[in-house]
Amino acid sequence: MAEQGHAGCARPTGGLVGEENESTEQTASQEPKETRKMLMVGQKVPDFTAPAYHKNEFTNVKLSDYLGKWVVLCFYPGDFTFV
Amino acid sequence: MSIDSMFVHKMWNDDELSKMVDGGVPFPMLSDAGGKVGSAYGVYDPDAGVETRGRFLIDPDGVLQGYEVLTPPVGRNVNETLRQIQAFQLVRKTEGAEATPSGWIPGKPTLKPGINLVGKVWQEWKTSQAF
Repeated sequence: MAEQGHAGCARPTGGLVGEENESTEQTASQEPKETRKMLMVGQKVPDFTAPAYHKNEFTNVKLSDYLGKWVVLCFYPGDFTFV
Repeated sequence: MSIDSMFVHKMWNDDELSKMVDGGVPFPMLSDAGGKVGSAYGVYDPDAGVETRGRFLIDPDGVLQGYEVLTPPVGRNVNETLRQIQAFQLVRKTEGAEATPSGWIPGKPTLKPGINLVGKVWQEWKTSQAF
Protein backbone atom coordinates (compact mmCIF):
# COMPACT_ATOMS: atom_id res chain seq x y z
CA MET A 1 0.00 0.00 0.00
CA ALA A 2 2.69 2.50 0.97
CA GLU A 3 5.94 2.66 -0.90
CA GLN A 4 9.23 2.47 0.96
CA GLY A 5 10.56 5.89 1.89
CA HIS A 6 14.15 6.99 1.73
CA ALA A 7 15.84 8.34 4.85
CA GLY A 8 18.33 10.73 3.32
CA CYS A 9 19.68 13.96 4.72
CA ALA A 10 17.13 16.19 3.06
CA ARG A 11 13.98 16.71 5.01
CA PRO A 12 11.33 15.18 2.74
CA THR A 13 7.92 16.62 2.25
CA GLY A 14 4.80 15.63 0.38
CA GLY A 15 2.04 17.61 -1.19
CA LEU A 16 -1.21 17.57 -3.03
CA VAL A 17 -1.62 15.12 -5.88
CA GLY A 18 -2.25 16.55 -9.31
CA GLU A 19 -1.39 20.12 -8.45
CA GLU A 20 1.49 22.12 -9.88
CA ASN A 21 3.65 23.93 -7.38
CA GLU A 22 2.23 27.39 -7.16
CA SER A 23 4.45 30.17 -8.25
CA THR A 24 5.67 32.12 -5.26
CA GLU A 25 6.12 35.25 -7.32
CA GLN A 26 3.74 37.99 -6.47
CA THR A 27 3.65 41.54 -7.72
CA ALA A 28 3.87 44.19 -5.04
CA SER A 29 0.35 45.38 -5.70
CA GLN A 30 -1.17 41.96 -5.11
CA GLU A 31 -2.81 41.29 -1.80
CA PRO A 32 -1.73 38.04 -0.20
CA LYS A 33 -4.11 35.37 -1.39
CA GLU A 34 -6.75 34.29 1.09
CA THR A 35 -6.45 30.54 0.78
CA ARG A 36 -7.87 29.37 4.07
CA LYS A 37 -11.01 27.50 3.20
CA MET A 38 -12.82 24.64 4.84
CA LEU A 39 -13.74 21.48 2.99
CA MET A 40 -17.39 20.65 2.41
CA VAL A 41 -18.91 17.45 3.75
CA GLY A 42 -20.30 15.24 1.02
CA GLN A 43 -17.50 16.27 -1.36
CA LYS A 44 -14.34 14.41 -2.30
CA VAL A 45 -11.31 15.34 -0.23
CA PRO A 46 -8.06 16.48 -1.89
CA ASP A 47 -5.63 13.64 -2.54
CA PHE A 48 -2.09 13.99 -1.19
CA THR A 49 1.15 12.17 -0.58
CA ALA A 50 3.12 12.50 2.60
CA PRO A 51 6.26 10.98 4.07
CA ALA A 52 5.49 8.89 7.10
CA TYR A 53 6.92 6.84 9.92
CA HIS A 54 5.17 3.50 10.41
CA LYS A 55 6.33 0.51 12.44
CA ASN A 56 10.04 1.25 12.29
CA GLU A 57 10.04 2.16 8.60
CA PHE A 58 9.93 5.37 6.63
CA THR A 59 7.23 5.19 3.99
CA ASN A 60 5.38 7.45 1.63
CA VAL A 61 1.62 7.46 2.08
CA LYS A 62 -0.85 8.38 -0.65
CA LEU A 63 -4.38 8.99 0.52
CA SER A 64 -5.99 7.54 -2.62
CA ASP A 65 -4.30 4.20 -1.91
CA TYR A 66 -6.87 3.89 0.88
CA LEU A 67 -9.90 4.11 -1.41
CA GLY A 68 -12.23 1.27 -0.41
CA LYS A 69 -11.52 1.79 3.29
CA TRP A 70 -12.72 4.22 5.90
CA VAL A 71 -10.00 6.70 6.81
CA VAL A 72 -9.63 8.81 9.94
CA LEU A 73 -7.20 11.62 9.12
CA CYS A 74 -6.00 13.49 12.19
CA PHE A 75 -3.96 16.66 12.31
CA TYR A 76 -2.31 17.84 15.52
CA PRO A 77 -0.06 20.75 16.49
CA GLY A 78 3.16 18.89 17.09
CA ASP A 79 5.11 15.90 18.34
CA PHE A 80 5.95 16.06 22.04
CA THR A 81 3.20 18.56 22.70
CA PHE A 82 1.12 17.42 25.58
CA VAL A 83 -2.48 16.79 24.63
CA MET B 1 -0.28 14.32 10.51
CA SER B 2 1.74 17.27 11.77
CA ILE B 3 4.42 19.61 10.46
CA ASP B 4 7.08 17.50 12.18
CA SER B 5 9.46 15.44 10.05
CA MET B 6 9.19 11.66 9.92
CA PHE B 7 12.45 11.60 11.89
CA VAL B 8 10.85 13.44 14.79
CA HIS B 9 7.81 11.15 14.46
CA LYS B 10 10.17 8.20 14.93
CA MET B 11 11.74 9.69 18.04
CA TRP B 12 8.37 10.59 19.55
CA ASN B 13 7.05 7.10 18.89
CA ASP B 14 10.16 5.32 20.10
CA ASP B 15 10.87 7.48 23.15
CA GLU B 16 7.41 8.24 24.43
CA LEU B 17 4.35 6.87 22.61
CA SER B 18 5.59 3.28 22.57
CA LYS B 19 5.59 3.51 26.39
CA MET B 20 1.86 4.27 26.26
CA VAL B 21 0.86 1.87 23.47
CA ASP B 22 2.24 -1.65 23.22
CA GLY B 23 4.14 -1.99 19.95
CA GLY B 24 4.03 1.75 19.30
CA VAL B 25 1.68 3.77 17.13
CA PRO B 26 -0.18 1.26 14.90
CA PHE B 27 -0.94 3.67 12.04
CA PRO B 28 1.31 5.81 9.80
CA MET B 29 2.45 9.11 11.35
CA LEU B 30 2.39 11.55 8.44
CA SER B 31 4.62 14.56 7.92
CA ASP B 32 3.30 17.80 6.43
CA ALA B 33 6.34 20.08 6.56
CA GLY B 34 5.23 23.46 5.27
CA GLY B 35 1.58 22.73 5.93
CA LYS B 36 0.58 22.22 2.29
CA VAL B 37 -1.84 19.41 3.05
CA GLY B 38 -3.14 21.12 6.19
CA SER B 39 -3.79 24.26 4.16
CA ALA B 40 -5.83 22.30 1.62
CA TYR B 41 -7.85 20.83 4.46
CA GLY B 42 -8.32 24.20 6.15
CA VAL B 43 -6.53 23.33 9.38
CA TYR B 44 -3.06 24.86 8.94
CA ASP B 45 -2.50 27.97 11.05
CA PRO B 46 0.14 29.99 9.17
CA ASP B 47 0.61 32.44 12.06
CA ALA B 48 1.55 29.67 14.48
CA GLY B 49 3.15 27.51 11.78
CA VAL B 50 1.34 24.38 12.96
CA GLU B 51 -1.76 22.35 12.21
CA THR B 52 -4.80 22.78 14.42
CA ARG B 53 -6.46 19.69 15.87
CA GLY B 54 -8.49 18.62 12.84
CA ARG B 55 -10.08 15.21 12.40
CA PHE B 56 -11.62 14.09 9.10
CA LEU B 57 -13.77 11.03 8.42
CA ILE B 58 -13.32 9.92 4.82
CA ASP B 59 -15.51 7.18 3.36
CA PRO B 60 -14.39 4.38 0.99
CA ASP B 61 -15.17 6.60 -2.03
CA GLY B 62 -12.87 9.36 -0.76
CA VAL B 63 -15.82 11.52 0.24
CA LEU B 64 -15.66 13.61 3.39
CA GLN B 65 -18.44 12.58 5.76
CA GLY B 66 -17.53 14.67 8.79
CA TYR B 67 -14.87 16.70 10.49
CA GLU B 68 -14.02 18.32 13.79
CA VAL B 69 -11.43 21.00 14.46
CA LEU B 70 -10.25 21.97 17.94
CA THR B 71 -7.74 24.50 19.22
CA PRO B 72 -4.60 22.83 20.58
CA PRO B 73 -5.26 22.64 24.35
CA VAL B 74 -8.32 20.36 24.14
CA GLY B 75 -7.99 16.72 23.13
CA ARG B 76 -10.35 14.65 21.03
CA ASN B 77 -12.98 12.16 22.16
CA VAL B 78 -12.07 8.92 20.39
CA ASN B 79 -15.34 7.24 21.39
CA GLU B 80 -17.32 9.95 19.61
CA THR B 81 -15.21 9.48 16.49
CA LEU B 82 -15.88 5.73 16.57
CA ARG B 83 -19.59 6.34 17.12
CA GLN B 84 -19.74 8.62 14.09
CA ILE B 85 -17.95 6.04 11.93
CA GLN B 86 -20.46 3.38 13.05
CA ALA B 87 -23.32 5.73 12.20
CA PHE B 88 -21.93 6.60 8.76
CA GLN B 89 -21.29 2.92 8.07
CA LEU B 90 -24.88 2.07 8.95
CA VAL B 91 -26.23 4.79 6.67
CA ARG B 92 -23.96 3.58 3.86
CA LYS B 93 -24.95 -0.05 4.36
CA THR B 94 -28.66 0.77 4.22
CA GLU B 95 -28.06 3.12 1.27
CA GLY B 96 -29.78 5.92 3.14
CA ALA B 97 -32.90 3.93 4.05
CA GLU B 98 -31.99 4.44 7.71
CA ALA B 99 -30.77 7.57 9.46
CA THR B 100 -29.34 7.93 12.96
CA PRO B 101 -31.06 10.48 15.20
CA SER B 102 -29.29 12.57 17.82
CA GLY B 103 -27.75 10.43 20.55
CA TRP B 104 -27.76 7.27 18.43
CA ILE B 105 -25.33 4.55 19.38
CA PRO B 106 -25.22 1.02 17.93
CA GLY B 107 -28.26 -0.92 19.14
CA LYS B 108 -30.48 2.14 19.51
CA PRO B 109 -33.37 2.62 17.07
CA THR B 110 -32.77 4.37 13.78
CA LEU B 111 -35.21 6.45 11.77
CA LYS B 112 -36.54 5.43 8.36
CA PRO B 113 -36.97 8.66 6.43
CA GLY B 114 -39.97 8.74 4.13
CA ILE B 115 -43.38 10.23 3.66
CA ASN B 116 -44.83 8.27 6.56
CA LEU B 117 -42.33 9.78 8.98
CA VAL B 118 -43.22 13.39 8.21
CA GLY B 119 -44.51 14.96 11.42
CA LYS B 120 -44.24 11.63 13.22
CA VAL B 121 -40.72 11.73 14.59
CA TRP B 122 -42.18 12.56 18.00
CA GLN B 123 -43.72 9.07 18.04
CA GLU B 124 -40.45 7.38 17.09
CA TRP B 125 -37.88 9.33 19.06
CA LYS B 126 -37.86 11.02 22.48
CA THR B 127 -35.58 13.85 23.54
CA SER B 128 -34.29 11.65 26.35
CA GLN B 129 -32.69 9.47 23.67
CA ALA B 130 -30.39 12.35 22.74
CA PHE B 131 -28.35 11.80 25.91
